[in-house]
Amino acid sequence: MSAIGGDSRTTTLRVNPIACEAHGLCADLFPEWVTLDEWGYPIIDGRPVPAEMMEHARRAANACPTLALALESTRRGAG
Amino acid sequence: MSADRLPRLLAGWHAGGSIALAEHLDLHGRLPLPASRGSAELIARVQRSGLRGRGGAAFPVATKMQAVAAAPRRRRRLVLANGAEGEPASTKDSTLLESCPHLVLDGVAAAVAAVTADEAIICVKPGAAEGLSHAIAERSGMDRVVPEVVEVPRGYVVGEESALINYLNTGAALPTYGASHPSERGVAGRPTLVQNLETLAHLALIARHGPEWFRELGTDDDPGSALIDITGAVASPGLYEIPAGLPLGALVEMAGGQSVPLQAFLVGGYAGTWTASEQALELSLGHAALRKRGGTLGPGMVAALPRSSCGVQETARIARFLADASSGQCGPCMFGLPAIADGLQAIVEGLAEPGAHSWVEYWSQLVGGRGACHHPDGAAQMVASALRVFADDLTRHETGDSCLAAAFDRGAGIR
Repeated sequence: MSAIGGDSRTTTLRVNPIACEAHGLCADLFPEWVTLDEWGYPIIDGRPVPAEMMEHARRAANACPTLALALESTRRGAG
Repeated sequence: MSADRLPRLLAGWHAGGSIALAEHLDLHGRLPLPASRGSAELIARVQRSGLRGRGGAAFPVATKMQAVAAAPRRRRRLVLANGAEGEPASTKDSTLLESCPHLVLDGVAAAVAAVTADEAIICVKPGAAEGLSHAIAERSGMDRVVPEVVEVPRGYVVGEESALINYLNTGAALPTYGASHPSERGVAGRPTLVQNLETLAHLALIARHGPEWFRELGTDDDPGSALIDITGAVASPGLYEIPAGLPLGALVEMAGGQSVPLQAFLVGGYAGTWTASEQALELSLGHAALRKRGGTLGPGMVAALPRSSCGVQETARIARFLADASSGQCGPCMFGLPAIADGLQAIVEGLAEPGAHSWVEYWSQLVGGRGACHHPDGAAQMVASALRVFADDLTRHETGDSCLAAAFDRGAGIR
């Protein structure tokens, strides 16, 4: 993650459950963070995505056919 | 006990009758409203009162008010009164509207003043608009903002805040995902204060009598009075106003005591938690007290399950209701809740393998937190508590034995 602010921000992967139609590409592209339930919907690790995995996360989000998957950046801590 | 200072909201309540404006003013006096610059003082009073929303989420009312009041002056603010509670056995909204509509309307007027709104909408269930409109007509000239009354479709999730706002904005009574907080962008994109009817009725009295008066009842953590529906096996089921934090056992006594021997209570409505009778009777009926024990007061609901009823069967029935009530927008809820209901149904019918309840447990954990709204979370919480409280009966059903309810001698149990 090369964004401004560097390690003062954390990024998590979030799914819009209404938009998600269980295509499952996210689990193919980012299996370290996404598994599928028995109906094909993603179960996403809610922890911040580590910097070395950001590329996978981005690829998964970009591949979602319904644009349901997004990277959410939040500032770490109270600041 | 301080219960002799009750009722507050239900003062003057007579079954089947509405308290007319003149009678309302005799009972409660006029609503003192701040001049245009006095709204901060009203919000400060609400903050000191500790009033929390009574629709289920129990969010501090003053915090919401501050958020809406803080909107830039050029943005027109709106008050949305939520009378669309979908809990099937809840009579709170209908009783308030039928019995003391002017208390609710005073609450709307106070909320309008607190956030300097120029529009107010009261959402009610089908059939409730006419009586309320009559009460509004009685107040001709009294209110700076005359509320609009909107009947919304019946349904369990319609009363969910985002679904209600979505209905008003688009006509679709479905929860939304990722929308801004209503205080930022709510109805028609305006800063919107959403409060349920009981909350507004309390607000009407806090505006009159102040925070210290409000805190004369209840506990430090759960101040004021609260409206609770008690259903099931008690002598006089119905709506009661209690000091918040009252032990459930005392409410059961208010309701005439148990009508038959009891097995368990479901506290907090269909999305609440089951507790075995003996422990349940000691539960404090307050948001903060219940939250400490992993429970919820929900929209103010308690149900008493007789010893002679099967808790697993009752849980299966409620799980089916909640599955059917899903708006079907999110996969985990759309597929998970029916899987849970089917699993419980199979156990009840003796069609499940031993250990089948572990699948129900797995699905309950699987769906929690994965919907756009909290509907699946509530269902999961209710089912998880049932698996604990009715563990013995689950095993009996799975191994083909009679459950405890079937084995219970009804004749000997009834006093």
